[in-house]
Parts: sequence; structure tokens; C-alpha cells
Amino acid sequence: MKSLEQLAAIRKKALDTVNIRTERTEGTRVVVGMATCGIAAGARPVLNAFTDEISKRNLSSVTITQTGCIGVCRLEPMVEIYTPGQEKVTYVNMTAEKVAEVVHSHLVNGIVINQYTIGAMA
Amino acid sequence: MRELSLHILDIIQNAITAQAKLITLDIIEDRQNNWLTVTIKDNGKGMDEAFVKTVLDPFCTSRKTRKVGLGLSLFRTAAQYCEGDLTIASEVGVGTTVTVTFRLGHIDRAPMGDMGGTVVGLIIMNPTLDFCYGHQCNAQTFTLDTREIRAQLGDVPLNYPDVVEWLKAYTAEGLENIVGGVNTK
Ligand SMILES: Nc1ncnc2c1ncn2[C@@H]1O[C@H](COP(=O)(O)OP(=O)(O)O)[C@@H](O)[C@H]1O
Ligand SMILES: [Mg+2]
Repeated sequence: MKSLEQLAAIRKKALDTVNIRTERTEGTRVVVGMATCGIAAGARPVLNAFTDEISKRNLSSVTITQTGCIGVCRLEPMVEIYTPGQEKVTYVNMTAEKVAEVVHSHLVNGIVINQYTIGAMA
Repeated sequence: MRELSLHILDIIQNAITAQAKLITLDIIEDRQNNWLTVTIKDNGKGMDEAFVKTVLDPFCTSRKTRKVGLGLSLFRTAAQYCEGDLTIASEVGVGTTVTVTFRLGHIDRAPMGDMGGTVVGLIIMNPTLDFCYGHQCNAQTFTLDTREIRAQLGDVPLNYPDVVEWLKAYTAEGLENIVGGVNTK
């Protein structure tokens, strides 16, 4: 059974382990397009796959945020990855399966999967 | 959209774009009277009366080029197919309330779908906003209020990994408990 009281323990553990503020502002950001076209094309399962993979691999410095229309409806679901000091990478036509690969290759090993990026669509 | 929970996710995006700080989502599944009511209320920038009229008129939109149409009119069409409707009450500077009704048992009603995925996803992606989600099914109600959660967490953000895990489990369990498994069909 989950209860609100369990949050106090999570809080204590969190405050003991890291300086939350600094660690989390310097990390990588995964931005999922959440406009109507993105949602209709499957942005939510893509988002859920990112949260699952990121917590499974304990990538605590990665945050997931959202944005509105990225601009090209036919390439949705789209995801942008911002890593400090590097150029933004835009992945297109994402699926939950591709997310697992992107998390493993890009977020864990730092290798961009070019064939899934917007550049490969041109 | 294939699920009502996806329409709801989309309508809440409007509230986020309108700079709401608190978004309240209430779902009532009233089997006795055969109604499903979804209410999405925000304290964002609001719309004036004339504008509200135009957003619900699909022929008045400036964005007809869009493949999937506008979010509000899509949701309204879905509701009207099921003897229901979508109405908007809004006030500039105060906020907006969108109310959507469906005949619960209507054959054309899309399934509720993954409400947990919608709500927890919204919280994770917008950890500085507050969401208050209430889902009632007959006599049972599940409530998830980020203000209560925040009170327990202090400085720990809502998107902290252990909190995310807790949110997912708490919501899944809560939705399972009302209705003996919410109407995901
Ligand atoms: N909650 C809200 N608060 C303020 N303005 C809103 C809200 N919901 C919708 N609107 C306005 O109505 C317009 C139409 O919304 P919608 O049908 O969802 O299409 P879209 O979001 O693609 O523009 C929005 O662009 C916005 O100007
Ligand atoms: Mg919209």
C-alpha cells in the first residue's frame, strides 16, 4: 500500500544523498513535444518510456520536460535532447522501442543515434 | 484520439500554455445515471467571451491547415457523438473551466485509457505546477493533489526519481481501488 506518509522517508533519503538543486540543474534535459499533433501521434507512451528507462538505469541527472508544437506534425512524436556543452539533438517519429535504444546509446553512452534524428529525414 | 485520457492531456496543455499555476481535473463516472463528466479548471490567463465563441467554431479558426484539428473542437466532437457536449467558461485574468460530458455507456465513447500515464506524466514534466486530480466512480473517489505531496516533500522536487516511482505506484493503486480497476476499456 502506498501512502502520503511514505514521502517523508523519500524526502529524508533524498536530502541525505545529494544536493538536489545543483545536480539537477546541470544535467541533461529530454524535451517531449506535447502539442495536439504530438499527443495524437503517441507522445505519451514515448514520455512514459523515457521515465521508465531513466529510472530503471538510475539516471538521476536527466530531467524530462515538455514543449508545445515543435513544428513538423508528420515527424511527431518528436523529442529534443539538450546536453550541457553540446548541440541539441532532435529525434523524430519516436516510439517506446526507439526510446529504449536512445536512452541506452545517447543518455548512457553519449552516442547519438543519427538514423533517428531529424537530419536523417532530410 | 483513441482515449479520453489523451484528449484530457491535450486540453491540460492549453492550461499550461495559458500559464496556469494550478490545474484541477475532476472525473465523475456516474453509472447510475449513465453520465461521464470531465472538468478541467485552471487559473491561467483566461479568454474573453468573444474569443471563447471562436475557439469552439471550427470554421472560425485561423489554423485550418492542421491535420488533426484543434484540441477543443476535437474533444467537443467526440462528446457530441455520445449525446454529450463540451462547454467553456472563462474569464480574463482569472482562469478557464472546460466541462465535457458523455453518455457513459454510449457505444461510440472512447475508452478512458491510461489516466495514470496522463496525470503522472504531466506532474513529472511540470514539477513546479500544481495538479489536483479527483476521479470518482460511483461511491469511490481517488484524489491526487500535488499540494499535499509537496507539503510532505519540502524542497525535494516532484520529479525526483524516488518520488516519480511513488507517484506511479500510488496512482496505479488508487485507480485500481476505485471501480475495481477504472474503466480503462
Ligand atoms: N485553458 C485555456 N486558457 C486560455 N486560453 C485557452 C485555453 N484553452 C484554449 N485556449 C485558447 O484557445 C485556443 C484553441 O485551443 P485548442 O482548440 O486546444 O487549439 P490549440 O491549442 O492548438 O491552439 C488556444 O490557442 C488558446 O488561445
Ligand atoms: Mg490545444
